[in-house]
Parts: sequence; C-alpha cells; structure tokens
Amino acid sequence: MILDSKIPEGPLAEKWTKHKFNVKLVNPANKRKYDVIVVGTGLAGASAAASLAELGYNVKAFCFQDSPRRAHSIAAQGGINAAKNYQNDGDSVYRLFYDTIKGGDYRARESNVYRLAEVSVKIIDQCVAQGVPFAREYGGLLANRSFGGAQVSRTFYARGQTGQQLLLGAYSALSRQVANGKVKLYPRTEMMDVVTIDGKARGIITRNLITGAIESHSAHAVLLCTGGYGNVFFLSTNAMGSNVTAAWRAHKKGALMANPCFTQIHPTCIPVSGDHQSKLTLMSESLRNDGRVWVPATVATAEKLRKGQIKANEIKEEDRDYFLERKYPSFGNLVPRDVASRNAKYVCDEGRGVNETGEAVFLDFRDAIKRDGKDTISAKYGNLFDMYQQITGENPYEMPMMIYPAVHYTMGGLWVDYNLMTNVPGLYALGEANFSDHGANRLGASALMQGLADGYFVIPYTIGDYLAQNPAGKIGTDHQEFQKAEKEVKDRIQKLLGIKGEKTIDHFHKRLGKIMWDYCGMARTEEGLKKAKAMIKELKAEFWSNVKVLGDNEELNQSLEKAHRVADFIELGELMVDDALNRNESCGGHFREEYQTPEGEALRDDEGFAYVAAWKYIGEGQEEELVKEPLIFENVKLTQRSYK
Amino acid sequence: MNLTLKIWRQKNNSDKGGFKDYKLGGVSEDMSFLEMLDVLNEELSGKGEDPVHFDHDCREGICGMCSLYINGKPHGPQQTTTCQLHMRSFHDGETITIEPWRAKAFPVLKDLVTDRSAFDRIIQAGGYVSVNTGGVPDANEIPIPKTIADMAMDAAQCIGCGACVAACKNASAMLFTSAKVSQLALLPQGQVERKTRAEKMVAQMDAEGFGACTNTGACEAECPKGISITNIARMNREYFSAVVSSQNV
Repeated sequence: MILDSKIPEGPLAEKWTKHKFNVKLVNPANKRKYDVIVVGTGLAGASAAASLAELGYNVKAFCFQDSPRRAHSIAAQGGINAAKNYQNDGDSVYRLFYDTIKGGDYRARESNVYRLAEVSVKIIDQCVAQGVPFAREYGGLLANRSFGGAQVSRTFYARGQTGQQLLLGAYSALSRQVANGKVKLYPRTEMMDVVTIDGKARGIITRNLITGAIESHSAHAVLLCTGGYGNVFFLSTNAMGSNVTAAWRAHKKGALMANPCFTQIHPTCIPVSGDHQSKLTLMSESLRNDGRVWVPATVATAEKLRKGQIKANEIKEEDRDYFLERKYPSFGNLVPRDVASRNAKYVCDEGRGVNETGEAVFLDFRDAIKRDGKDTISAKYGNLFDMYQQITGENPYEMPMMIYPAVHYTMGGLWVDYNLMTNVPGLYALGEANFSDHGANRLGASALMQGLADGYFVIPYTIGDYLAQNPAGKIGTDHQEFQKAEKEVKDRIQKLLGIKGEKTIDHFHKRLGKIMWDYCGMARTEEGLKKAKAMIKELKAEFWSNVKVLGDNEELNQSLEKAHRVADFIELGELMVDDALNRNESCGGHFREEYQTPEGEALRDDEGFAYVAAWKYIGEGQEEELVKEPLIFENVKLTQRSYK
Repeated sequence: MNLTLKIWRQKNNSDKGGFKDYKLGGVSEDMSFLEMLDVLNEELSGKGEDPVHFDHDCREGICGMCSLYINGKPHGPQQTTTCQLHMRSFHDGETITIEPWRAKAFPVLKDLVTDRSAFDRIIQAGGYVSVNTGGVPDANEIPIPKTIADMAMDAAQCIGCGACVAACKNASAMLFTSAKVSQLALLPQGQVERKTRAEKMVAQMDAEGFGACTNTGACEAECPKGISITNIARMNREYFSAVVSSQNV
C-alpha cells in the first residue's frame, strides 16, 4: 500500500494558494444537495460544522456531551499562537512554521505546518469578529504572551480561559447555523461506527445515550473531529469522556492510524494525590513565563522536605537547583514540553522529588512576585492560582506550587493527506484526531491554532474538491452496509452486557493506564514495551471474559458507554506499544532510553525514521501492517534540537 | 471519613424518583466530590447495583457539565463547580444530600442528570455575532478599551452549568442569558444586532419556561464563575431600549 499525501507542487509559501486555486469547487446552488456529518463539536468540529453550513452544505453535528459547548477544547488555558507579529519582535509565518517543525522534532510534514502558520493570522481576525474577548493592552490593541519553544511573543489569550472563549466563539457560530436550519444538532449521541459503501465513507452508526437507540445517518462526507486519546493512560488531563472510539472504529474500517505512540506529557500538572484520583489537572504552560522550576540541590534536603522537617520557602538559594535554567540557559524555564517533562522525571528519579510520593518539582513565583508585585501576578494567573489552591489546599502566593508531568495531548492520530482526508475516501479527520501538524511534540498554544485552522480555513476548501467529484443527491440509509453495521454495533452491545463478569470497567481502565504509563510513557525501552504488549494482550482477554457491565441498552447507561470506550482503548494501547517498539529512535515526546545523546537528550535517527508510521488494521488478533510515508524536508535543515 | 449519602434516584424521565441512603467509608479529604461519587459507584457496581448517574466531563471547573444540588446549594457549600469541590469541605459522620437541578426547563433524565438543552436554544436565538468565516477585518482594526474588553470577559466566563437557575426560587435564567447579552452588547462587534439579540434571547428564555427575575441575587451568590447580576441590569436596559425602539419579534 502506498500513501499519497497529495502535497501540492511548488515552493512552500505558494503551495496552499496554488492548491486553493486548483481544487474543484461545488457550485453555490449545488452545495445544498450535499450532506456532511461532523462528529465532535470542539474547536475543529464546531468551526468546521459552522463554516460548512455557512457555505450551504447540510450539516449534522454529533457530540456525546449534553451540549456542543462542553467539548474538551473548552479546558485549554494558555492561548493560541498566530504569526501576527503585532509585537514587532521578528515573528513571521516562516518563523512560526520553523518553530513548529523544530518543536515537533522534525517529524511533521512541511507543507501542512506551513499552511497552519499561514492561516493562523486569519484565525485571530475571525475570533475577534465573533466577539471573543481576547486580552488587550491599554491602547485597546491585542496583548500577547510568550510560550515554550519560541523566542517571540505570539500567543493570544483570554485570561487563563482561551480555549473556553474560542470554543464559545465557534459554538456561537454553530448555534447561528442551527437557528438557520443548516445544522442539525445531535447532543448526547455517540458515534459507534463508520459506514463505508464501495470503499467510500457514506455515514455513521450512532447510539442515542438517553434512549439507547441505534441509528444510521448517511452523508456524502464524514468528518471526525473527535479529539485525542490521552485517556488510554486512565489518568490524563483529558476530560473524563474523551475517548478514541470514533477514530478507532474508523481505523478498523480501513483508516490508517499514524504515529500513535507520539504522546505529549505536559510538564505542569498538579501531582497525583492518591488512588482515588480520577483525572489530572493541568496548570497552564504560561505559568512558566514567570514561575521558576526547581528542586533541592541534594537528595538529603529533598528527604527532609518529604518528611515535613523543612518547608520549601525555608530552603536557601544556594541549596536550590533551578535545573532547567541551569541546563538550558537560553530557553530556561520555557523549553518545550517534552524537554521540561523529561528533566522533571530525571530529578525525581534521582530522589530529589518534593512531595510525599517523590514525584513532584516546584514551580516558584516568589521572585516574580518580588519583581512585579502580587497584583500583577494575580492579574495574569489569578484563576490558575485559585484552582491550584482549591485542589491542593495550599496557597501558591506563599508556597511554591508543586507540579509533575501528566499525559496531555496525542500528536498521533488518523493519517490524513494534505486535504485532511484519511485514506478512506470521504472520511476526514480534523484537529487532535488527526496526526498531521505537530510531529513528535506539540508546542504550547498550537492545539487551538490547529483545531480552528482545520475547521475554519482548510476543510471548507478541501472538502469541495472531493464532493465536486461525487454525485449529489440523497444517500439512503437502507443500503445493506448500514444494516450490517447496525447489527454489528448491536451485537457488540449484547456481547458486553452478556459477559456479566466480576470486575468493573474502571478496574480494567486503571490497569491499562498503569501499563501504558509505566512502559509507554515518558521513557520507553524495548524490554519494557515487549512486556507491556504481553500484558495488554492478557488484559484484553480478561476484559472480554470478566468485565461487569450493568444495566440495559435501552436507557441512559454510563457503564455501557464506558465499556465501549475502554474496550477500544485496550486495542489502541497495543498499537501504541507496537509503534513505540518500531520506532528505534528518540524524538520529541517519544523517548527510547536506548537512543539518547551523552547529555541525555533525544537522539533521532533521520536516516532510518524520518517517516510517518501509519498502521493498517488487518483483522482481529492479527499484527497491524506498517505503511510508511517518507517525510521530505526541502526547506528546513534537520538538526539536533538545542534549547541550550 | 465516613459519610451518609442521601441521593436522589430516578430511573428515567417518567419515573417519580425518590431519595435513597448510602453509607460510604474510607473517604479521603483530598478527594474531589465527584471522586467520592466514583468510589461509591465502584462499590455499587461491584455489588451489581446500578451506579448513580451524574453529569461530569472536564473535572477542571470549565466545561459546565457537572451540576448537583448538594445540601441545598447548587455545587455545594463553596462558590465553585462540584468537580472542584473537595471533601475537605465536609466532616466525618456528615449526612450529605445530593439532588439534581430542580427546574421545569431542566427535566430530569436519570438520577442526577438533567436536560439543559434549553440553554442551547437561548443561544441559538441570538447569542452570536452574525459573521461568516472569512472576510472579516484585521483583529487590531477596531481597538477596544481594556476596561471594556475586561468587562466583556467577565461576562463571557459563564460556563452554562445552570447553577443560577437551580439557585433561583423562580428558576429564572436571567443570569445566564444576560451574561451573553452583556458580553456582546459591550463589544463593538456586537453592536449591529444589539437590539434584536436582546429581544430574541429574552423571548426564547420565556418560551423555555424559565421563571421571572425578582432580583434576590441568589444566582450571583451561587455562580461558580462569579458572574455579576450587574449583567441582569444591563440586559434589562438593553431589552427595554430595544422594545421601545424596534418592531422585531
């Protein structure tokens, strides 16, 4: 199998412009004859659904939450990047492109990333026009802050709630189209399968989460905007409901899954407090603008700290190790996320962790408060400080915060070409659900940018190219493929309900999460991954023979919802391990201990692994087939990433 | 700590429902309120009993999905969302009463889960600026005074959880509706549709069966995001000036 990424010819900066001219268009009067299904209503889904409806397509939008406004994009805190260069500090589209490629450790497609940087400027214009209240300077113009992995200030923000404001902007645009009758909304509805007819995506099967009804929906194109799969680790910063099910079912219907092992571990999360922990809370990366990361210089001091014999603010300056500033003088506390996370792990592994579990480092605002005053710091980060205090019971204005890395984002996802179409014709993946723009590591404030770029400014152009080549007119749901898919979904539900085993669903999810975190987390080894693979196989067999799913299908049944999701996570987990095993190099968030520089930095193998690893599902219980898409770098020179 | 939980159980929308008592031990004060319910549900599931259904998603206090009327207060004793409420706010041996939001416009679907789609329909009535994607001016073309942008942001922080409705003896949705009306009335981008927006959103709010506002301020006191009732005053001004000068609706 050969993957065609459909990258347009020509110089990098002209590719998108030329492509927009070359793609086929659907005549305005014909657009109303095409139906489009959008699954997920986060930044990518809501922006795509609204924009396509504005163009005249008939859109059906689905989400499992009770309202589209609750999609997990809402929780993004820090900001959104755009190459506006409003600060006159040397930013440009090319610089944003370069930073993103470099930050992703040279494992992303040049053409896609350049386009992302190019359309980033329009996103800010669009959001402002919608009434998104971005932070402003006293002169009334937009304010910026800096983020990790960049030496310019290009991040636009709305206090610590940027994701919320951007999502509510997209949600308002979506709501307007619902009122116009161009979007039909299906909240509390979960996608259970993709339906393909003659190799093309023609619809989906859904479960109504209130009544349990299994329904067929047909369309000329299906857009999966279903987010990432970080919850495979059980504990992550994702929402409780975030899941891989839609993407995984598409995968099993033929869509390739690319770079699944590329997981981002975010350095600034609130540490785990006990076994009851259900999720981890992120503290925005923007905190690293003013907070200084440190641990005690010696293990002895750290031990005293853990035993409660001394307090953090009693430790003298010379007894502190500001390890990021020490190792990376030019980027300091603002090194990319993977570097910051790994270094936190190293110092904790050395025994210098600062909380009871030994798995935490300090993020200290003492010096920033001294320099700028408490009011300034509070104006910037007040809500984050409040949230920290609410969760931990400690006051971060007086005591340094404690942070530890946690799973946050998945760069991997469904393989898509330049048009954001998967290898299944008519099936698209947008936002975090696809793999395309962040390589092996995503820079802060780039997820919001990508979600909105895909939805507002890419798919409205590229979908026309496909639809124009396909006849309009209603597609019925009476085709046998719909009936077959419905039956498969119903059979699976009956199978899950019929097991009547002894262990709860969370029991399996927690076990899976532990395997993934221990062996496929921040540091991976061949030996560990092989062990993990065997453990996951065992777990899968046990799940399908001993899980207890309560209740019936014909009701609101949260156990059943969870069971479907966990069953898919287990299968995905195994593929992630396969992918991590295959990639005999370290890059970005994927760190194989066997492959590191003498200084402990990720050591890439560009000869052997400058490719996208796309995996093809073959059949139940069979090893997936690896399909490679070579990454060709014509504009940037591949170098060892250095933030020193 | 050990707790007695008095929880509203209701099989579905047509079921009458009622309270059921549960004993729960081994609760740590570092648990969030929802994690405490997770522990209860694991116990119930282990025994083969139907777990308590409740809405929740981000568990970071921002998605607005979690609700729960705890000991007679929406989101419990603190001015925060239920997911951010921690068990250190309770004491050993306490009896905690947990109910769903109670409002005609928020019908109960199961146990503690309610249908809040009325809020979506209020936004659909006019809670937006009618701009299509593309073709908008540069973001810095219209300067907005920082104070105005900040006030708009204060209003825009609403998470749509419905605590204001649950707190109000009339189950009024004035705080929710006014937060969106205010945000867009304050910003230059919202001016063009300012009047029709206020009229249409108020009309939809009434059509959904929410009650009238009698300015008791219970909504503001319980709002986890601190949305001020100043917004209600602003919406009233917007609404009255709209109805006397327009022929919409």
